[in-house]
Amino acid sequence: MKTLTSNLHFNFMGRRKLAMIFSITLVVISLASLVTRGLVFGIDFTGGTLIEVGYTEDVDLESVRNELAANGFADAQVQQFGTPRDVLIRLAPREGIKSSELSDKVFQVLSKRSPGKVELRRVEFVGPQVGDELTEDGALAVLVSLIAILMYVAVRFEWRFALGSVIALVHDVTITLGFFSIFHIEFDLTVLAAVLAVIGYSLNDTIVVFDRIRENFRKIRKGDSEQIINTSLNQTLSRTIVTSLTTLIVLIALFVIGGEVIHNFSLALILGVVVGTYSSIYVASSAALMLGVSKADLMPVQKEGVVDDMP
Amino acid sequence: MLNQYPLWKNLMVVFVLAIGLFYALPNVYSQDPAIAISGVRGAVVEQSVKDKVQEALGKAGITAKEVEDKGSSLLIHFSSTTDQQKAQKVIAEVLPETVSYALTTAANVPGWLLSMGGKPMNLGLDLRGGIHVLIDVDMDAAIKEKVEAYTGDVRATLRGKKIRYLTVKADALGINIKFKDAATRDKAEEVLGNEFRNLGVETLDADGGYLVRLTLPPTEIRSIKKFALQQNITTIRNRVNALGVAEPLVQQQGDRRIVVELPGVQDPTQVKNILGATATLEYRLVDTEHDALDAKNTGKIPPGSRLYTVREDGRPILLKKRVIVTGNQITDAASGFDQRSGSPMVTVNLDSKGARRMRNVTIDNVGKPMAVVFKENRVVGRDADGKPVKRLVEDVISVANILEPLGARFQTTGLDSPQEAHELALLLRAGALAAPIDIVEERTIGPSLGQENIDQGLNSVLIGLLAVMIFMVVYYKVFGLFANAALLANLVLIVAILSMLQATLTLPGIAGIVLTVGMAVDANVLIYERIREELRVGSTPQAAIHAGYEKAFSTIMDANVTTLIAAIVLFSIGSGPVKGFAVTLAIGIVTSMFTSIVGTRALANLVYGGKRVKKLAI
Repeated sequence: MKTLTSNLHFNFMGRRKLAMIFSITLVVISLASLVTRGLVFGIDFTGGTLIEVGYTEDVDLESVRNELAANGFADAQVQQFGTPRDVLIRLAPREGIKSSELSDKVFQVLSKRSPGKVELRRVEFVGPQVGDELTEDGALAVLVSLIAILMYVAVRFEWRFALGSVIALVHDVTITLGFFSIFHIEFDLTVLAAVLAVIGYSLNDTIVVFDRIRENFRKIRKGDSEQIINTSLNQTLSRTIVTSLTTLIVLIALFVIGGEVIHNFSLALILGVVVGTYSSIYVASSAALMLGVSKADLMPVQKEGVVDDMP
Repeated sequence: MLNQYPLWKNLMVVFVLAIGLFYALPNVYSQDPAIAISGVRGAVVEQSVKDKVQEALGKAGITAKEVEDKGSSLLIHFSSTTDQQKAQKVIAEVLPETVSYALTTAANVPGWLLSMGGKPMNLGLDLRGGIHVLIDVDMDAAIKEKVEAYTGDVRATLRGKKIRYLTVKADALGINIKFKDAATRDKAEEVLGNEFRNLGVETLDADGGYLVRLTLPPTEIRSIKKFALQQNITTIRNRVNALGVAEPLVQQQGDRRIVVELPGVQDPTQVKNILGATATLEYRLVDTEHDALDAKNTGKIPPGSRLYTVREDGRPILLKKRVIVTGNQITDAASGFDQRSGSPMVTVNLDSKGARRMRNVTIDNVGKPMAVVFKENRVVGRDADGKPVKRLVEDVISVANILEPLGARFQTTGLDSPQEAHELALLLRAGALAAPIDIVEERTIGPSLGQENIDQGLNSVLIGLLAVMIFMVVYYKVFGLFANAALLANLVLIVAILSMLQATLTLPGIAGIVLTVGMAVDANVLIYERIREELRVGSTPQAAIHAGYEKAFSTIMDANVTTLIAAIVLFSIGSGPVKGFAVTLAIGIVTSMFTSIVGTRALANLVYGGKRVKKLAI
């Protein structure tokens, strides 16, 4: 097992054209889907009412739909949530009735139909205005964290690396969002949190690789940039894989047994970790290389940040 | 010698862990479902009531797990939520109106731990069930109302100074007053400028007329908004307290929103009704010609008067039926001290209409007492089904003598303490909502779903943790064990810090913890891979450990700082669930740096340091 990943000499950079074509294809497909199909936003963003009810026995969705339609809720989306006993009902914001009263009305209809057998498990109501603000805040959060990270990396490393890491991040976020768009998976607040966590994670990976590249640029005398980057990627490969693996282990645990509410959250993270691992190898480093990063850029002018006595 | 920690460093690791264990400890104790019984508005629960409650529970065959007598209140623990709900019905029937009860949870944390500040983490609504409501305050309406109040004041002022005006028109941002000629206009400008110093006053020649325009400057608009928000928060807080919910949260969010979180409440309809209700206040003259006690005993209430009770001491009082002013006419109330006597007082501001009425009435009644009546649709108890019983409650909160004719601004003195003055001012302001409110977000989580969320969350943490630990031992042998110890310590520290901060643990928060578990091992992976590399190039085991930790440090630092940046951005921009995730993620990053760098090094040094080691089990 120990030798599994030691002394590897994959020619990562040699295949960077292929990787680039792959990445660009994915990004283009994602963007195309995002533009044409868009995202299925949850009520956190669109506003509306979401009601989760639990029945004491399995319930027929069609009859629930009919009952709601008969009482003026023809637009209600009814779906199973986790088990055949749990039902999720979504209502778009509507004129006339105060949205905050919608949930009460729906629950009354349902409990009249099967008295004593239905329990109100969860109600979420978000006003359209709050939803709009959230969309803006969410976009702002992604943007601000990207800029903050760009600045940090530019200060700690070099602008080409900073740009490389941000290109990788944009790549990861676009593909993750694209996946949600293509497969029509609901994008709610928890998924947004996951996307932001993906930014943090993917960056973590990228930084580790960059750190090694910087070290090798200063240490290894022979070889051009491409060779040194290749060496660095190989040296950090085992770490990259092990960390991705451990993170994936817990994420899969979360995905499988964490419950319906955080299902999409864990899905977004799993996707992000996979894409992020790939991008830290292929996208970030190739981008830095293509931007023309070279030894001279990273030779220490003075001693790099004094690190105090080691732990 | 390589790889030996100085004593202080080892001690520090032990110390941090000990503190962590101590503060994490309260979370181990189970939480009982409980009912808290307390007096309305801080009143003391009488011994007779306590006895009555216990007797009623005994009769209904419900055994309380523990009864905590806290002097002024009572906390009854139950062994199950079924018992708690049964007991709720029983208790609701026997409690007098002055005593309220609330469903809550009570931790079984031993006293010595509590006395040293050990408290369990708060569970978020998604984990314990309850209602979260986001309320939007209609600021435009608040400003419009204020402009209207000013319009009345302007008319009154001009009339008072005998300046004739043609029209007074209010719009969204100010008031236009039209005059017949320039001379009157200029005079009015001077008068109004003196009277309304907080407004912008300018002359305007438009529509072929002579106009004075009063505008609300930005500072005034800000203060109106601030006042509207503050007053609505106060009002809502009072109402929430009347609901009888344990640990309610009423908090400002942004500059026009109010968050209300009510754990354990299961009836959103009731909550929404009560939050949106309106309470009012009235000033009335006291009927001094008839004896109130007599009227109460005989039931013969003089015509033109009504019987009330004084809130403080419950004594009856007769008030004139005619209302002088109502709470809608109060524009502000503040507590302070009387400059002459130094005694506590409350300053009340009325709008122009109220001021005129107040003056007309008080001018004829100097020396006579006047009373403040508080009217509210209050929940006075619950019926057998647990449904709230609402009743219009009217009681007298203050009686004071009229010392001189009163106008737009007057003082109520004769209060016992600054505290009382403060409360009265609050009540005067809290009587009604300052501006209309709208519920813009609501999240209700049923209690069974809450428990499910806890179980699923904990299970995923445990299983994820276990899987990672197995992997680490298989892949890194003895060093894997070090990493696992660090992982557990990290978990303890996260829980300890969340408990110390009294932060709220939510489901996304648990997800954050799960994620840190995955990422916490990253630091160790980095270090161990370095050590392996060093060994591969022929370093001695001791040198490899040393170099591994040293070289990995800056990498770990950079990687974690960037993730921390993302967490901080999430926290500052995100709301509700996102915040919960960001908090645990950020705490996890910091604690994992400590445990996986300092912690594992201490272990490695302990096992390998200072000895001749031929081979490392890595």
